[in-house]
Amino acid sequence: MHKKHWIAIGPTTHIPVREGRAVRVGTREIAIFNLGGRFVAIDNQCPHKGGPLCDGIVAGTAVVCPLHGWKIDLAAGNVVKPEVPVCVETFRTRVDENGIVFVERPSRELALEDGEVAA
Amino acid sequence: MSGSKQLVVIGNGMAGVAFVEQLLKHRLRYEITIFGDETHVNYNRILLSSVLAGEKSIEEIELNGLEWYQKNGIRLQLGVRIVKIDPQGKTVEGEDGSRTRFDKLVIATGSSAVVPPIPGCEKDGVSVFRTLDDTRWMMQRAASGVRAIVIGGGLLGLEAARGLQLRGADVTVLHLAAGLMERQLDLTAGAYLRAKIEALGIRVRTSCATKEICGDGRVEAVRLENGELLAADMVVIAAGIRPNAEIAKQAGLAVNRGIIVDDRMRTSHPDIYAVGECVEHDGQTFGLVAPLIEQGKVLASVLAGNAEVAFRTSITATKLKIMGVDVFSAGLTEAKAGCEEVRFEDPALGIYKKLVLKNNRLAGVILAGDASDSHRYMEWLREGTDLTAKRRQLLFPDPAPDHGASIAQMPDSETVCGCMGVTKGAIIAAIHERGICTMSQLKECTRASTGCGSCSHACESLLKAVAPGFEEEGKKTICKCFPFSYDQLRDIARSQQLRSVQQIIEIYGNGQGCEICKPALSYMVDMLWCGEHEEDRSARFINDRVHANIQNDGSFSVVPRIRGGVTSPAELRRIADVAEKYNVRMVKITGSQRIDLLGVKKADLPKIWADLGMPSGQAYTKGVRMVKTCVGTTFCRFGTQDSIAAGVELERRLENLFTPHKLKMAAVGCPRNCAEATVKDIGLVGNEGSWQVVVGGAAGKTVRRADLLVTVETTQQAIEAAELFFQYYRENANYLERTYDFVERVGIEKIRRDTVYAPENVRRAILDRLRKSKAIARDAWLERDEPAHPTQFIQIEPMPQPLPAAAP
Repeated sequence: MHKKHWIAIGPTTHIPVREGRAVRVGTREIAIFNLGGRFVAIDNQCPHKGGPLCDGIVAGTAVVCPLHGWKIDLAAGNVVKPEVPVCVETFRTRVDENGIVFVERPSRELALEDGEVAA
Repeated sequence: MSGSKQLVVIGNGMAGVAFVEQLLKHRLRYEITIFGDETHVNYNRILLSSVLAGEKSIEEIELNGLEWYQKNGIRLQLGVRIVKIDPQGKTVEGEDGSRTRFDKLVIATGSSAVVPPIPGCEKDGVSVFRTLDDTRWMMQRAASGVRAIVIGGGLLGLEAARGLQLRGADVTVLHLAAGLMERQLDLTAGAYLRAKIEALGIRVRTSCATKEICGDGRVEAVRLENGELLAADMVVIAAGIRPNAEIAKQAGLAVNRGIIVDDRMRTSHPDIYAVGECVEHDGQTFGLVAPLIEQGKVLASVLAGNAEVAFRTSITATKLKIMGVDVFSAGLTEAKAGCEEVRFEDPALGIYKKLVLKNNRLAGVILAGDASDSHRYMEWLREGTDLTAKRRQLLFPDPAPDHGASIAQMPDSETVCGCMGVTKGAIIAAIHERGICTMSQLKECTRASTGCGSCSHACESLLKAVAPGFEEEGKKTICKCFPFSYDQLRDIARSQQLRSVQQIIEIYGNGQGCEICKPALSYMVDMLWCGEHEEDRSARFINDRVHANIQNDGSFSVVPRIRGGVTSPAELRRIADVAEKYNVRMVKITGSQRIDLLGVKKADLPKIWADLGMPSGQAYTKGVRMVKTCVGTTFCRFGTQDSIAAGVELERRLENLFTPHKLKMAAVGCPRNCAEATVKDIGLVGNEGSWQVVVGGAAGKTVRRADLLVTVETTQQAIEAAELFFQYYRENANYLERTYDFVERVGIEKIRRDTVYAPENVRRAILDRLRKSKAIARDAWLERDEPAHPTQFIQIEPMPQPLPAAAP
């Protein structure tokens, strides 16, 4: 069961420093960013109009949505600009000794998979 | 000669002239003669290192032009060295044999560079760093690959080293003491400074004595005390200064290390005075500007009959003028008996702060890596503030959310400009009395910020806070990440040879950058270095990473280049096939005589480009969009010029280049203007036998009729004029400034002067820079075969998941 919490995405080299890439996990799209030695993952949909956050410019530890410039903190998932009390879902990541990036399986996907396994 | 008294000043340096400036304010009836042994008008010696570093031109550091001397009726004798003073006969004798009588004499002979007794100092290729001529010599010698050795790791030596290095030289600094700038810093701060200097690419050797300078007539190497031999093409000696007191000594005046003066700047002779680096007052000599200016003020006041004034040695501060290297020091550098030290150190950030306290009052301060608080410490030092209540905030003040707060907290008596000795109160008075609104007016009226310039920020804040009609000169900062405008950053990047976006953000910005500055800096380094820069895709907007225009649903649009709007049946067929094959949601004819394929998935982009086999139309970027054309003489009954050929050629010449904002062009064959050339960024308007080249037109957010740049006879001339304007706009506009704003800001007359009416060599240079950029510009869509990164266009799929055993 434990293995299902982490999904292997690929080598760290697949995501350039200060850029993001989208990865499809089940029915979800997750944006993974390389902050230079640290990887962070958030839902790939801007809470404003659904813009692809993986295509945004990284500003420190935040990303700026390419459509209308909403700024989202990559660690906490909260919207920094404009000041609205909205959050984007974040996911834990880790890099193993072979340089493979893993992302935590979204909880909704987890339930689905477990159901499938059980069936 | 009238009945006025004769005042003679020996020395045309900063101290002598600053004194004369002060004297003129008193409106005394003196006939003034100034002798200067250098052949230049008075200049700001502290800024010589900025000239060497390429940050300032020689003209910019000139303090008083010839007109100033004329206007004030001052006799200026340049290139005349005074060799003798006769105190009894009250005359001075020049090298040229001339004799000049004086009633009052002011000696302001300054100081000379100390040349240590190293054998070989006289060889060709060895110089001190003291005068404008020395600086010129260094500028000529230092070039790429030249091995330069600087002897002396003090303030001047380090500034010389950085200047030489910016000119391409390979620089090593040799320093006798264990720590750099040991007179102003302690060993720890010296080590922090050394790390910064080395990070800039300059080699540093401390505790290093030079034995001799070797070479056959001309320097070839430097031998160290330990026997080691360092190859060198040039050697610059910056081992300190010594007062020029010889002439006073010969005249029988009291001289120790310098010419001894009392509190009123009087020497041992009642009618002879001295100011500047040549004097010794209270056992002290001077090497910084602030006390020299103060001495000039005191002396002017004394000559005006004011017996009350007195010169007092005050605490002076040192600030290193190397961009990106913050070092500040004032007062004691080490704790003596009865003192305590308060320190902060962060090696990762390269920050070191040390305060020396005595009886809860500040006695000394050293700041390395962050000198932003220097004003606060200087005030505590000068005022002798009791810090008992502030002990918790000594190193970290409470952040001031109010931007004007730090200015408001400053008392009126505090000196804002240490070089020229101008207080906050004096600046406020000048603003109110003279109605000052701009920084240049402020400089003109008060002389504040005309010395080393480190107070310019404080002066501007003060002006902003006080002046009712404050006018910002230059532009606002580029974004919140930087304290600089785009213009300033461009100059910095050019002079400091910064070739990557991240470098600029880390050294001059907040270390993070944002969506505003990153694309602007991307454009800047590309334009400045034409390929000799470090490309950083992460700093680009998504459109410029995948070479397509992002749409509101995250899909992209594709616009191939159709030069001049002229296509062919085969091309149209390919476009139609591609649209069907990739289920393009919409095919649209654009306003630019091109075809837009809308609703394309990112992953399909490279395949579509391959199937189209057409180059990118750059419809997604700040770059060359298109040249719209009418059919001209090719078909039109009224056509007077071949607008299609001209338009297609113009598009070929400029395509694939980037610009500060999008750039749209048009070429029309007659004044009926069917392709709307007069509302384009650049337009060619054909007439019988001539072309009008028009620029700065707009038909978007604003509507503006383009200005006429020039009228020429041939198509080649028209294209060349367009190219000149194009490159001029690329180099001088702010990022995101359209040509219509640019033309209005700069003015069409100036643009004409700088482009089409410029001398042949200037025009040639502009076009050469354009050709250099063009030579490396390529069709971005070729990245379909050679992507910049393996995952540039793809959506990553999770890997096959590992077996349970391999899982964590």
